Amino acid sequence: MMLDIQNLYVSYQGIKALRGVSLQVDRGEMVAIIGSNGAGKSTLLNAISRLVPAGEGRIVFNGVDLRRSIAHKVARLGVLQVPEGRQILGEMTVLENLQVGQLALGGRPAKYSLSDVYALFPVLEERHAQLGGTLSGGQQQMLAIGRAMMGAPEVLLLDEPSLGLSPLMTDQVFAALGRLNADGLTVMLVEQNAHRALELTSRAYVLDRGLVVREGKSRDLADDPSIIASYLGV
Amino acid sequence: MLAQQILNGVVSGSIYALFALGFTLLFGVQKLLNLAHGAVFMAGAFIAYYCVIIGLPFWVGLVFAMIASGVISIIVELVAFRQIRKQVDPEFPAIVSSLGVDLILINIAQNLSNTRVLSMPFGTFPIEFYNIFGLRISLLQIVILVLVAALVGALVYYLQKTSFGRQVRAVAQNERAAALLGVSAASVYRQTFFIAGALAGVAGVLIGLSFNSIHFLMGEPYLLYAFVVVVIGGIGSVPGAVVAAILLGVTQALTKAYLSSTLSDAIIFSLLFVALLFFPNGLFGRAVLSAGGDRK
Repeated sequence: MMLDIQNLYVSYQGIKALRGVSLQVDRGEMVAIIGSNGAGKSTLLNAISRLVPAGEGRIVFNGVDLRRSIAHKVARLGVLQVPEGRQILGEMTVLENLQVGQLALGGRPAKYSLSDVYALFPVLEERHAQLGGTLSGGQQQMLAIGRAMMGAPEVLLLDEPSLGLSPLMTDQVFAALGRLNADGLTVMLVEQNAHRALELTSRAYVLDRGLVVREGKSRDLADDPSIIASYLGV
Repeated sequence: MLAQQILNGVVSGSIYALFALGFTLLFGVQKLLNLAHGAVFMAGAFIAYYCVIIGLPFWVGLVFAMIASGVISIIVELVAFRQIRKQVDPEFPAIVSSLGVDLILINIAQNLSNTRVLSMPFGTFPIEFYNIFGLRISLLQIVILVLVAALVGALVYYLQKTSFGRQVRAVAQNERAAALLGVSAASVYRQTFFIAGALAGVAGVLIGLSFNSIHFLMGEPYLLYAFVVVVIGGIGSVPGAVVAAILLGVTQALTKAYLSSTLSDAIIFSLLFVALLFFPNGLFGRAVLSAGGDRK
């Protein structure tokens, strides 16, 4: 097991955002976390990345308890988050954004080269000298993923990568994620677009008000009438 | 005469640039004012003075002052900012805490110097003059210009071309995103404070030597000038700070020469208001965001 979360509680600013969440991600898996707004999906990723303080419970990555670590050290272990809203360094060029991404290596060997990133997202090579802030939303999402690739991710945590993207752009981004996973990268995908997320992943957890209410194969969940009613919006 | 005044103004302006660059760099990175920056400048002058007094060559004193001021600046960060930065609204507490550290440093210097004005012993730096195109320029002025140009060049190279510089800019733009990429903000703060302090220390030594006057309150007017430089140049902008500092130095030299030496500060700050009417974001500032996004 690569990432093992046991009975995790997180409360901050007086809100109990996670109330005993347990989930596991194996090496090479692509797992979706779906749920409505405020279910605690982003909090879960931010607790793993140590951006929000974790309460009780365990977050174990390859045998290391992340609760004792801090944000930049978690990144250097290869637990790399592509945050909600991309968080591109807008005043730096595309290339500089990718170079900053290399810092997460922290002495570990690289997994992807610059040309691997450019091969997956050719638009980044075309625009390498442009400021990150001048890219479109979809291109910024590609840059955010490429930037994480430069840091040799062991597991890639994505927070709402489809947010604000056109369906066409979402297709491109999800196709790239599928390719990365097919090459062996472990991916944990948080999405409000449950339909797309269940299509892409093999397993999924459904989060509701800070609790895991369902888990199973993505295909089964996508066919489940109660899931369809609550999350697939038909 | 005019050209001579402009030359003198450029020389003092280049020292202001050294001081203001560190100030604007710190503000750009942490979005908090470091009001102890003037005391670090003063500390640099004191350290070089005591090095010379105990018989070390001036150059050794300068290098030692540079390093020691950098270290003092790291301590300022540790005491005045490290904890306060974690607060939700750190701006006001940071003003109070950095002012507190400023006063402590000033008080230590006041006691060390028994409230006297110190001056470097005669012969610390050779007094030699050259004539270039009819302008009189001293060896000290030449050394100042060369030294400042080298330090500013090194700083620009460092920020733009090195991995550390990218980390500084990443933290300045988005500390949270930088952390997710493996950038240690604590280490960025420590290193920027060292650099800013080292630059301030050199500026202090150069001012102390130029005016042959070193005293415990010498940093405070320069802190105010740094505000002018940063506001005119555009918050967080390195080229803006250099241009604005030289403009400030030249304006000061010209007002002192042609208008009134006692009113020079009043004139400079009046010009600041006029300049802000036409360039509300400073000469090189695009908007407040050019300092690099929000704190969060």
